[in-house]
Amino acid sequence: MMNEIMNQAITFALNNAVLAAVIGIIALVIILALLMGSGRIFRKLFDLMANNAVPAIFIIISAFAIPLSGYSASYLVQELLTRIGRNSFLILSLLIPIMAGMGLNFGMVLGAMAGQIGLLMICDWGVVGIPGMILACLVGTPIAVILGIFCGAVLNRAKGREMVTSYILGFFINGVYQLVVLYFMGWIIPITNPALLLSRGYGVRNAVSLLGIRGVLDNLIPSIVAGTTQGQQFLSANGSGAFFLVHIPFFDGAVRIPLATLIVIALFCAFIVWFRRTKLGQDMRAIGQSQSVADSAGIAVNRTRIIAIVISTVLACYGQIIYLQNMGTLNTYNSHDQAGMFSIAALLIGGASVSRASIANVFVGVILFHLMFIVAPVAGKNLIGDAQIGEYFRVFVSYGIIAIALVLHAWKRNREREAARRSLRGNRGGDN
Amino acid sequence: MIGRFIEKAGWPRIIIALFLLGLFIAAPFVGVRVDTSLSNTLVRFGMNGVMVLAMIPMVQAGCGLNFGLPLGIIAGLLGATLSIEWNVEILAKLVAWGSQYQITWLTQEFVDTWREPLGFASAVIIAVPIAAVLGWFYGKLLNRVKGDEMMIATYVGFSSVSFMCIAWLLLPYKHPSMVWGFAGRGLRTTISVEGYWLHVLSDALSVNIGDHLYIPTGMLIFFAVMALAVWIFMRTKTGTAITAVGSNPEFARASGVNVDKMRTISVVMSTVLGAIGIIVYEQSFGFIQLYMGPFYMALPAVASILLGGASVNKASILNVIVGTFLFQGILTMTPSVINSYLQTDMSEVIRLIVSNGMILYALTRKVRA
Repeated sequence: MMNEIMNQAITFALNNAVLAAVIGIIALVIILALLMGSGRIFRKLFDLMANNAVPAIFIIISAFAIPLSGYSASYLVQELLTRIGRNSFLILSLLIPIMAGMGLNFGMVLGAMAGQIGLLMICDWGVVGIPGMILACLVGTPIAVILGIFCGAVLNRAKGREMVTSYILGFFINGVYQLVVLYFMGWIIPITNPALLLSRGYGVRNAVSLLGIRGVLDNLIPSIVAGTTQGQQFLSANGSGAFFLVHIPFFDGAVRIPLATLIVIALFCAFIVWFRRTKLGQDMRAIGQSQSVADSAGIAVNRTRIIAIVISTVLACYGQIIYLQNMGTLNTYNSHDQAGMFSIAALLIGGASVSRASIANVFVGVILFHLMFIVAPVAGKNLIGDAQIGEYFRVFVSYGIIAIALVLHAWKRNREREAARRSLRGNRGGDN
Repeated sequence: MIGRFIEKAGWPRIIIALFLLGLFIAAPFVGVRVDTSLSNTLVRFGMNGVMVLAMIPMVQAGCGLNFGLPLGIIAGLLGATLSIEWNVEILAKLVAWGSQYQITWLTQEFVDTWREPLGFASAVIIAVPIAAVLGWFYGKLLNRVKGDEMMIATYVGFSSVSFMCIAWLLLPYKHPSMVWGFAGRGLRTTISVEGYWLHVLSDALSVNIGDHLYIPTGMLIFFAVMALAVWIFMRTKTGTAITAVGSNPEFARASGVNVDKMRTISVVMSTVLGAIGIIVYEQSFGFIQLYMGPFYMALPAVASILLGGASVNKASILNVIVGTFLFQGILTMTPSVINSYLQTDMSEVIRLIVSNGMILYALTRKVRA
């Protein structure tokens, strides 16, 4: 009896110690970064850290958390592939405004809302499968374009604080979205399907089933990667040769690949690479470098900025549709909210900053962020016997990482400004 | 004359004020009592006033709107929960001090009569130093990220709230009225302050006129005292320096003002006011809301002061009073009046649109040079 209590006490202390250590490491890294920022000798080291600190922290956390979670490799790979297919498109939609120097487009939730309205409409009309998805895109596009123009125009009035403005704009349009979906649908906008409506006769239900288009894109080209034995089992269980089956010897388990979704994402990456080389893309990069220089070079700055936001909003609309076809249910009043926060967190975790983001950042970010997403609750549960802590931990990390990335960016920019000023003075006056 | 007034007050305020007036006029026709609504508005005004007041120092110092208010709120929550956790010990300690230092009035009897106000005071006294320390670090951080304060403040607020979610579960609180009954540890999501300091300010000197009109005099006086303190502070040498930093940092620096120090002071003040503000809020509301409770609490405060006519870099006590009254008035009146008219609850949607529309308006307003 006594032994048992002692054991429990020791385990508890040990477990909390591990958690404390993880939090401690993060705190230490932040404090070190703060200290190094002030020392001249450490500037180089600081720059290196500032550029890679975020992915590094995540790799460390994952290295702790994966073994703790006790998940098998094939399970993790499967989950990650699903999440790459589900989330990449949304995150990619953030790249173009960053290129145009407008920072992280927190207004991408506008596009997500447009996509959801498209999905609500096809649910009402009962269009299913791939045609349903395409129709949802067609309905969502004009709404996304209008919202994008509005967002771009608002942001042009708030130059220098685009991020906080687009963030509040997201809340504001969320209010309008709720007004439309909760009061106008079924009243001004005809909705006939009673499964969509609240019992009072108007307003859409909190959760809408998207069974009609669930997984249609993911499973369009059914394909699977499996070890030899698992592959045989899978074939005999599912019959025919309708699957692309790739055998990997010594691989333990079977992983479904959302091939069509990945192809769409790859096409879109190609689009971004191509777009950067077009006249418009070059204009955006010029504006991102310096608005005044771009303006005197004859680029229509405001117009180009609006176009960047419109493209981002429309892509976020498609991204949300792809995301929801994988999820299979639409949380009418919450799905878009999370889309913004998680996409931005993932991009930053991939090593992007407010002013610089590449396609590689997107995929590194999606993998690292969602790896933590999968393992954190279980790791938390195995550590402390409380899944809630893992849950809170990953929320904390999502917000914390955005905070750190924003701080590092602003700080670096201010230091560069300071350095530029110093170089103008010829650096005679010493440190300051 | 009218033209000058309109120009001075600004169209958004006039529209909202007329809307609110319309709601008050419409109220009797849909069966809503005007006096009940008025006392509800007053109570909400007193509850939220100090948190809106917390916006002033930072706005004046040019740090922008304090979206990081949750940081101050967390300090307040720590003060509030600790004051309950240590309630008995604190009161006993006071009596012990009374006999030790020969303070004749500080007796067991005195402590027993003033148990609740003393509990409230202890919450504030614990919260203020915590808020000051957090605010100091927060201020140092904001000094390094000039130009991006608002976005970073938002995420500092969010990450500190989610960090505290973990802490509320792990901190070794023991008091049976606060921790989960079955686990014996981890704080509950809502904690009642009844029996500790429920309504200590609200009910002090409160006036009941008829059955329906209730005026929380004590809470309003507390707000007035805080507002006066801020008003006086902004007129001291330090306060003037803070305003100078906000109006023109280069000029302030050239006149020998330590810009970073003034900004830090303003952030500390804002955080401390936020901490006191949430305790005032809780004593009236009756519950301490932990975990995700403080998450979005900055937005109503920000919207209120903007509604009162403040801009991103100028704010006054008058802005706070007008803004809080209008904002809380609309929050009280829309559910009761509009809902009885339309038979649905649109208050949440209206709140979202009005408050965020107001912030958006302030952010996109061209600053007159």
